[in-house]
Amino acid sequence: MKLHRIDPDPADSLTFTFDNASITARHGDTIAAALLAAGVSVFRTTPVRGSHRAPWCMMGACYDCLVEIDGAVVQACMTPARQGQIVKPAQTLPVSL
Amino acid sequence: MTKPASAELVVIGAGPAGMAAAASAAKQGCNVLLLDEQAAPGGQIYRAIAHSSAARNAILGSDYQRGKPLAEGLDHPLIDYRPGAKVWRIDDDGQITWSQQASACTVAARQTIIATGALERATPLPGWTLPGAMTAGAAQILLKSSGLVPANAILAGAGPLLYLLAAQMIRAGHPPRALVETQPAASYLKATRYLPTALADWRTLKKGVSLLAEISRAGVQRYRRASELAISGNTCVEQLQFRSAGKLHQLGCDAVLLHQGVVPNTQISRALRLPHQWHAQQQCFLPVTNEGKTANPLFHIAGDGAAINGAVAAEIEGRICALHALQSLQRLTAEQARQLKQPLVHALASANAARPFLDTLYAPPTDWLRPADDTIICRCEEVSAGTIRQQVSRGCRGPNQTKAFSRCGMGPCQGRYCGLTVTEILAHENGLSHDDVGGYRIRAPIKPVTVEELASLHRR
Repeated sequence: MKLHRIDPDPADSLTFTFDNASITARHGDTIAAALLAAGVSVFRTTPVRGSHRAPWCMMGACYDCLVEIDGAVVQACMTPARQGQIVKPAQTLPVSL
Repeated sequence: MTKPASAELVVIGAGPAGMAAAASAAKQGCNVLLLDEQAAPGGQIYRAIAHSSAARNAILGSDYQRGKPLAEGLDHPLIDYRPGAKVWRIDDDGQITWSQQASACTVAARQTIIATGALERATPLPGWTLPGAMTAGAAQILLKSSGLVPANAILAGAGPLLYLLAAQMIRAGHPPRALVETQPAASYLKATRYLPTALADWRTLKKGVSLLAEISRAGVQRYRRASELAISGNTCVEQLQFRSAGKLHQLGCDAVLLHQGVVPNTQISRALRLPHQWHAQQQCFLPVTNEGKTANPLFHIAGDGAAINGAVAAEIEGRICALHALQSLQRLTAEQARQLKQPLVHALASANAARPFLDTLYAPPTDWLRPADDTIICRCEEVSAGTIRQQVSRGCRGPNQTKAFSRCGMGPCQGRYCGLTVTEILAHENGLSHDDVGGYRIRAPIKPVTVEELASLHRR
């Protein structure tokens, strides 16, 4: 998914890493918004079938935008982006059906 | 910041209903604890209203401005407003358990107003779980909170929000690739009988007409009476296929923004074991309320969480619920409450006038309510409609048994997005009413909590 930014570039931005890649974000972005804006299409894979997922509702209800920060699995759309965060795709255990 | 152990009035949700309720109560001298899980007030409809720029306001439209004075109204000495507050357990004696930054506590509320609003109706169709497929509301949140607009996006489904979003994207300089509208021809005919009543809220109808005109002037391609929608792509959305005017269309795109209306978020009302009733016109369960009062005198429900009536009605309902709560708290006499309530009840009738018309015109088509067998209906556990139908042949009559057999509803969203579809399929396959089928039994924690949060309850 590609997104256009419609606000002028801010004076300062912040950077965090996602899956070891550097992501530039704006103050006030949630991690979900920042990742989508940076062109990250796939946030994680599902525990059941390993399907690709990314944000669905952006309001904290669907739990599809899960990411891992400091060992905790959180909703990217409910977590503000902060300078220096180390964000990873949410860990899923392989399941054989 | 310390957390109170008790409160006169707790309001859950800082959307229009919650903000209006809190301000109304504080005005009468009541101490209000306002808990909202988002970082800033406004709910979804008025998201990011507190610091929105003039440029943003011009894009979002004049209705968005209504949220500004509501958000400003929270700046009152008697309102203890807690953003980032996750309510995860509510007991029927008024004890509310909530967390802020992984630290949990309980508050004993003498009165509670539930104003947790709505969710978008799930839109199960092939490919709807692909990255790049999101709700129309999600696109609005990206626009409101971050000034982001999806490129090369197709808007698909039905309802006023779809047209509003299209207009907002046009104003932002990035119109949608196309509008794929699913309301069948029959819906227009069925809706006309509600048009006379709807005229009482002619302003809403006029806004709708002018949005359509704006979309037309911008030259956005509209495909009408679309059916057989299917999203496809390798790792993310690449194409939307559908049938319209007898032709099969395949449109390349980078995003599909889906919408089939909104439905009340009933997690809290269900967790409280309040009675719910199926509403045939809104095609969802509503908690049983009477001017916001529920079967439990400690709890009131205002806004889209009670029934889908929109932002203006939500404000009015918030104020009405506040009056009832104030009366229960003996801050108002019955006569005072009745007098203050009268103009609000009148205003509410006009605010609701267009609802039957809109609900009928934009009612979801049956293949969205009861999708084909191979369509995923539980996103979290990846359970298909066919699996649900298989459970019926094993004798499943209700969603809870179906959950136990299939895991449908066991994922982190706790049935928020699969519940209605499961009820719909079970009702149809079993020949039962929606009320006989019922919904999921919801238990605390109503949002996932960590062991640390649970432990923190005892660390006060």
